Amino acid sequence: MKSAPFDYLRARSIPEICTFLGEDPDAAIIAGGQTLIPMMAMRLARPSRLIDIARVPDLQGMRDDGAAFSIGATTRQAEALESLHVARNVPLLHKVLPWVGHAATRHRGTIGGCVANADPAAEVSLALVTLGGEVVTQNLDGTHRYSARDFILGPMMTAMAPGSCITEISFPVWSHRRIGVGFQEVSVRRSDFALASAAAQVALDSAGHCLACAIGVGAVTAAPAYLQPACEALIGSRLSDAEISEAVTGALDRLELMPNAHASESYQRRAAAALAIRAVAEARGDAVRRIGD
Amino acid sequence: MNVELRINGSRLHVAVEPRTTLADCLRDHLHLSGVQTGCEHGVCGACTVLIDGEPARSCLMFAAQADGYEITTIEALAPAPGELSVIQDAFCELHAMACGFCTPGMVLVAHALLNRNRNPSRADIVEAISGNVCRCTGYGQIIEAIELAAKRLCESNVVAGELSE
Amino acid sequence: MKDSRFKFVSHSRRVQEDRRFVTGRGNFVASIEMDGLLHVALVASKHPSARIRSIDVSAALAVSGVHHVVTGTELSAAVEPMMNGLDTPKVRRYSLAVGQTRYCGEWVAAVAAESRAIAEDAAELVEVTYDPLPYVIDVEAALQSDSPLVHPDHGTNVLLDRTFVWGEVERHFAGSPRTLSFRVSWGRNSTVPVETFGVVARFDPWRELLDVWASIQMPKYAEQIARALRLPANSVRVHYDVDVGGSYGVKRGIKHTVLAAYLARRLGRPVRLIEDRLDNMQSGDAHGPERIFDVSVAFDDRGIVKSMKMRALDNVGAYAGRAPFQLGKPVGAIVGPYRIESVQYQVLSVMTNKAAQEAVRGFGQSPTNFAIETAIDRVAVALGLDRIEIRRRNFIRREQFPYLIPSGTRYDSGDYHAVVDKVLERVDWSGLETERDRLRASGLLAGIGVAACLEPGGGNSSFEPLLNPKNTTTTWMDSCRINVDGLGCITATIHTTSSGQGHETLTATVIGEVLEIDPDRIRIIRPDSLASLPSNSPVGSRMAIMLGGAAFHAAQRLKRKLIAIAAHQLQRPADGVTYSGGSVSDVQTGRLLTWSDLVTIAHRTIHLMPEGLEPGLEATYVMQVPTGRDLPTADGRVQMYPCHSFEFHVVLAAIDPQLGRTELRRYVIGHDCGTVINPHIVKGMTLGGIAHGIGAALFEEFIYDGQGEMTSQTFMDYPLPSSHEIPEVEIVHHCTPSPFTVFGQKGSGESGYLGAPAAVASAINDAVRPLGIAFTKLPIRLTAISDAVAGASGTGRQHTDDH
Repeated sequence: MKSAPFDYLRARSIPEICTFLGEDPDAAIIAGGQTLIPMMAMRLARPSRLIDIARVPDLQGMRDDGAAFSIGATTRQAEALESLHVARNVPLLHKVLPWVGHAATRHRGTIGGCVANADPAAEVSLALVTLGGEVVTQNLDGTHRYSARDFILGPMMTAMAPGSCITEISFPVWSHRRIGVGFQEVSVRRSDFALASAAAQVALDSAGHCLACAIGVGAVTAAPAYLQPACEALIGSRLSDAEISEAVTGALDRLELMPNAHASESYQRRAAAALAIRAVAEARGDAVRRIGD
Repeated sequence: MNVELRINGSRLHVAVEPRTTLADCLRDHLHLSGVQTGCEHGVCGACTVLIDGEPARSCLMFAAQADGYEITTIEALAPAPGELSVIQDAFCELHAMACGFCTPGMVLVAHALLNRNRNPSRADIVEAISGNVCRCTGYGQIIEAIELAAKRLCESNVVAGELSE
Repeated sequence: MKDSRFKFVSHSRRVQEDRRFVTGRGNFVASIEMDGLLHVALVASKHPSARIRSIDVSAALAVSGVHHVVTGTELSAAVEPMMNGLDTPKVRRYSLAVGQTRYCGEWVAAVAAESRAIAEDAAELVEVTYDPLPYVIDVEAALQSDSPLVHPDHGTNVLLDRTFVWGEVERHFAGSPRTLSFRVSWGRNSTVPVETFGVVARFDPWRELLDVWASIQMPKYAEQIARALRLPANSVRVHYDVDVGGSYGVKRGIKHTVLAAYLARRLGRPVRLIEDRLDNMQSGDAHGPERIFDVSVAFDDRGIVKSMKMRALDNVGAYAGRAPFQLGKPVGAIVGPYRIESVQYQVLSVMTNKAAQEAVRGFGQSPTNFAIETAIDRVAVALGLDRIEIRRRNFIRREQFPYLIPSGTRYDSGDYHAVVDKVLERVDWSGLETERDRLRASGLLAGIGVAACLEPGGGNSSFEPLLNPKNTTTTWMDSCRINVDGLGCITATIHTTSSGQGHETLTATVIGEVLEIDPDRIRIIRPDSLASLPSNSPVGSRMAIMLGGAAFHAAQRLKRKLIAIAAHQLQRPADGVTYSGGSVSDVQTGRLLTWSDLVTIAHRTIHLMPEGLEPGLEATYVMQVPTGRDLPTADGRVQMYPCHSFEFHVVLAAIDPQLGRTELRRYVIGHDCGTVINPHIVKGMTLGGIAHGIGAALFEEFIYDGQGEMTSQTFMDYPLPSSHEIPEVEIVHHCTPSPFTVFGQKGSGESGYLGAPAAVASAINDAVRPLGIAFTKLPIRLTAISDAVAGASGTGRQHTDDH
């Protein structure tokens, strides 16, 4: 399983990436390569040139912008997982990262890569869509900012314009005192891609009422789905099991699912509902335990 | 293209195609046959090497990407010819292998784990080796060997990360 | 487990092979380097069945670095077709398809080039045009009279249809108060080693010698290669010192080797063919049994099973080979550990347009055990009796051994009740039930599974004459040669490859035990096939018995020679001297001749040797399977294997009812393989076998879609259990030595695998039975569990999955 031949270029800056991409429509970006290289080995992906962006300084690093926390596209998943800043500012991302691949792939795979590959089952994309973050890209025409929920369109399909490179991923930071997160996933083996997954972040007031709620499901639709009706329904509630169940089930009923060879539609619906309910309950329990700064 | 790699403490130059994976480069160009290829698509873990001390799948890197890191293969672990590291010795003591094909990967993962966590729980060990497939042993003796190695390293004051020069 | 009768046998000594593996110095076939090596890539058909209209290799040949592209037309003119096990001469097969392809993945052409990457580049440029033909994938459809024929010349898709009747089956069924019938299916899976199959072939036309290095586990490999290539057998030299990265049955490699050797001879360059994972999964022909069992049992109100009818229908794929024999081997343990008095066993091996099968660990015994254990569980449920109690009532009792089963095999020894007792004590059965109830109360489904089964060992090949009357093979030997050199060092040779079974350590331990010398000082080497004595490879859990036996007898011969030399020197009769730790002394006077003294006499001072003794110290033994000399009877009764290990599994499973996810919370296995030569090795075999079995029960299947395409092509689609999926397993030992082996050892190469699928299925079915669900097909996927639970009616009506 040897890749088809290609040229290898190493970019030193974002403008250089854009130039290289613009020169060749069959060029592809490589950062961690954990998704791309298997596809190349199977000759399902055959870029004419690979543009290695892993050492571009402006794509690295993390930044606290106050209401948002920005992560450079080539930040390794392992680095984000071990980061105390991520744990504090984006607890939902911290929660899902242990489920991304294996430790060995997390040392190489990048945050930007997760989103760019637009795998419906990707945990990082789910967290991003659930929280309603943003994706920043750049090409020869300039910088573009997308809402994550509009960016990921379907399996391996994003709204990115041709010749673009993701430069950073931005996650909203909640300022509430009492925040909790939950994440649930079902897969064939523990470390496989999800058959269904659910992420939730809630904020409670001191009496246990829900001030803010974000719920998303992954792997069952073309792109991770933000369950807006469920979130709206649960604001103000005490997040009882019955309320969660009703809100989640109602929201899922309205979703158009995308079954595949591994999971039928009925399984997806059933599993997504079960996982979303559990994720919200987990977030509720987590919020009750936490005390804000 | 020419790539400069740092392998097992040595600086080496290789002439490779861009499409040559790090795994194939290590095996075919540098004759480090302890790096195995079992699937070439990043699932089995037999190609595991350490990149700056952390496990990575060498089949999921092109050699061209691999400059600038400290790359460690199984060949670096024995302290001297004919000798075994504490971890290697523990694997032998408890027969943590059968066919031996996944073994270099498992030993390297153990090495990285014990370097980071001197007292791993069984769950920590299970998680650490979960990216390496073994079809022979059912993992039981591998987990026990890593537990034994941890115990011995603690008792001996040897730091797992110390490699032979 | 340590047996104080022995100094080295049964002690947990280090496995000497491990030193090379932990340092990355295993001699795997992909590590073999030589000048001028060419690499092969394959061109495979994607059609389940198609006529090959044309193959245009011109673009491929034009790629720089390509040496040759061979097709089936060229190859089939130069080599013999591959051998069939059954008498099916119209089913012809070559390494490359000739005229027609018969399964998705069948090789059509092969490219030899300077590198694998170039070969793959060129393989993509080979243009093959196909005319798709009607195809059949489903085995029951393949039996219909209007089914497309996989091999029209053969006239039918049926390779084998034979019914054995042992005992008065109809009378027993008519006279029994109760009967029940069911169907279970074993999905197509395999043992999938982490190392794929690979071969390096080099032909020297001046020596007329073909050198072969391969990751191989194949009896009579050299002979089959020679035959196919029309070479004298002593022109083929297989190098047995290649380390095999796991095989568990499947690495038979004739197809690959014939192709590589042909290219090596034609091109005058050494040729290397290493399967990549795509080659292996789809085209490697290493799939295991795919079987539908229809079973009926006749029993009484106490649950004593008197008679059994079993029909085993196997989807063998597009070619014959050796795989159909996997329907015959289970004859040797067809009643499992039970006193069933009569059996009707029908075997059907049927071709479809799926990949060819190959031998898999247990050679058909594990699927058969799954069927037998399902029967016993269902008898228990039908009567409302405890599943373990039912087994106790039906077990062969300790005092009944050697026990003759209806199909003609005598089980050597066992004490099944004792093993069960030990397991139940370790597991704390009532505590386990309490834990199960607690899990149920917490909202999970939970169940306890049990399985009792035999592991026949010492493999001969009695299934060959059983299923193919033209094959009268009864010899199935193994061998060992020991040489003590002029300085007194011991070197012994074994004549097979190993895939991790620790044969070197096994042999050194046995020789050391007999000669009373530290096994670590005994060097074991593997000569090539031309320098080797006969061997039949580590198949059928045979090596502890056969290699151990051969090494033992060779060592005994050596010891007798040493005694004879000493006796002559001491001027005493042989029984007037005693051997101890390598020295021989006069019983009366104590006068001693040391090992060194004896070696010197043997190698240097012939004038001190007794008359008629050859100089030097060498001994050889070629051993036949104990108890195996006879051909089967006309009604198919035969002593299949000599030894029978026993295992009893207890599993606690917890299932998330919504997600369908199963977790194995507790796993205990009782294991009796007689005397254990090296406990580390046996432990690894057992735990590894259970892991394989869990994979077969829950995860692994080669899936074909409606268009006949095999969709499980990568490790993303074919899930191999990781450390997360395998629970901590407790092993409880028992030892009923075999009366037929030198130390009482039995086989253990297939242990765990033979009972784990049955045990895990039993646990899941115990968990879902309150909902009226029964799973009858392996693997039992989490989505299937979730769907069945969601669909379960509240009436308790039996609802079985039908896929």
